[in-house]
Amino acid sequence: MKVRALAKRILIQIKNDKRTLALMLAAPLLILTLLYFVFEGTVSGLSVGIINAPSHYENALYENNIKTIRYYSEEEAFKALDDGEVIAVVSIRSGKLHAWLDGSNSVDANTARQAIEMAQRGQNTVRKDLILDVTYVYGQEDLSLFDNFAAILMSFLVFFFVFLITGISFLKERTTGTLEKILSTPIKRWEVVVGYVLGFGAVNVVQSAIISFYLVYVLNVMMVGSVWLVLLTTLVTAIAALTLGILLSTAANSEFQMIQFIPIVIVPQVFFGGLFQLSSGWEAFGHLMPLYYSAHALEEIMMKGSGLDRIYPDLLILIALSVIFMTVNTKMLKHYRRI
Amino acid sequence: MDDSIILEGVNKIYGAKQVLNDVSFSVPRGAIYGLLGPSGCGKTTTVKIVAGISEATYGKAYVLNQTMPNLTLMNKIGYMAQSDALYGDLTAKENLEFFGSLYGLNRAFLSKRILEVMNLVNLTEEVNRKVALFSGGMKRRLSLALTILHEPEILILDEPTVGIDPLLRKDIWEELYSMTKNGVTILVTTHVMDEAEKCTHLSMMRDGRLIASGTPIEIQNSVGVSKLEDAFLIYGKASGESPNES
Repeated sequence: MKVRALAKRILIQIKNDKRTLALMLAAPLLILTLLYFVFEGTVSGLSVGIINAPSHYENALYENNIKTIRYYSEEEAFKALDDGEVIAVVSIRSGKLHAWLDGSNSVDANTARQAIEMAQRGQNTVRKDLILDVTYVYGQEDLSLFDNFAAILMSFLVFFFVFLITGISFLKERTTGTLEKILSTPIKRWEVVVGYVLGFGAVNVVQSAIISFYLVYVLNVMMVGSVWLVLLTTLVTAIAALTLGILLSTAANSEFQMIQFIPIVIVPQVFFGGLFQLSSGWEAFGHLMPLYYSAHALEEIMMKGSGLDRIYPDLLILIALSVIFMTVNTKMLKHYRRI
Repeated sequence: MDDSIILEGVNKIYGAKQVLNDVSFSVPRGAIYGLLGPSGCGKTTTVKIVAGISEATYGKAYVLNQTMPNLTLMNKIGYMAQSDALYGDLTAKENLEFFGSLYGLNRAFLSKRILEVMNLVNLTEEVNRKVALFSGGMKRRLSLALTILHEPEILILDEPTVGIDPLLRKDIWEELYSMTKNGVTILVTTHVMDEAEKCTHLSMMRDGRLIASGTPIEIQNSVGVSKLEDAFLIYGKASGESPNES
């Protein structure tokens, strides 16, 4: 009853505070969309200068999405390389390929270099029956970077926003004295914590649904599993973030101090939660991060189409963490009222 | 007459600092008991112990013959803190409904009671306004409305009338008197003399100790002055001459 009153109050508060509501619902979508365009875009617009090369070589380069520009003197070509108009200059003399490469952007330089070498080999000489036969077990051929990162990006965004908003909200409860007022009523300490989790949990259901469906149906990210499992995982992630946010807010004295937890608590989760390939020692360290489990579960569902039977250990760990955070929280409220 | 609030040798120690030093007093049922003293003298700590939010390091606190803190007893206590503990994002009514349900009031009683208390603090027309838009005095009045919402037997008010204009202050005191007639006991802190004079019983506090207790007239007579303010100054000076040994 009291738990419900608390949850209801949180919902009214969020409803009345349109900006926070927008931050919880729209901001993750905006960031996901931006990242989608950043990672989805293929490298294009590379130009290679040609001093001396047969036209079939030029055509081969063109097939690899490289523009070619012919120069009639070496000086002219090198000046273009200097000015950054072309990323490489190519010259074939008596069958030997000479290439001068601008390596200041390693990604572009690599792409150009591969194209230059491939064109030289002349793929049309390869026997058709000997072409490599590749079957993708998980994922598919034309996956973009965004498909790879989508799972961890989504769990990170949910974790980040939920952590911050619930943390600050509970902190405000302390600094404005309303927590003391609440504790002057016959409410039990655990009821305060559970009320908070239920109130923000309800918002998280909506938030998780919007983000999950947006990612799967609007951004069309690679997804072979069940969208409902994605939603469930996102929600469990949000609950873990919410309980951690409330817990850490008791160690902060102002909104600013809450922000200071971001580099300590949130940022390492991205580094060690599965975004990067890590050495085994650091990967073990990553197992301490809640985000690791949520990213792992999402990847299983979205890339491999795994069911509950394969992701339940991840979900159980996240739920266990939430329960631990809530228990510690109830204990820490003793600081404000012993009974 | 039985006492509603009894403090016996209450000491409160935060780390190395002794905030309360052997505070003992008892408040008869239906009294308005004032704690008078400069800020930082331990008034708030004392009332928090009575409200059951804080706890004595040693010593005993009884409310309605039961040891505090006591969760079930909190239903019978209304505590108004020094700061306005209100949700700015909510309307006055939503604030009242929230705290009302924390006290377990049923819906019908609650909506009737909300009208009563809002009328009492003269905020009837602001009931659906967001609290963030309230002035300081309005917030203070709403805090008071929240505190008496569940008809507590014990009312603990920490500086209740700061920022409230004299006319309304008078109304509020009249209401407090009429509540005591129905058996409500009130413990109030203040540093305003004219408010202290309105209390039926008074204790002066300084540096975590009670330095004088009695009715306002008794306190004046004990040092032979005709104004409470003079008595306060004399007592304040006297305790200043014997420095705190802690």
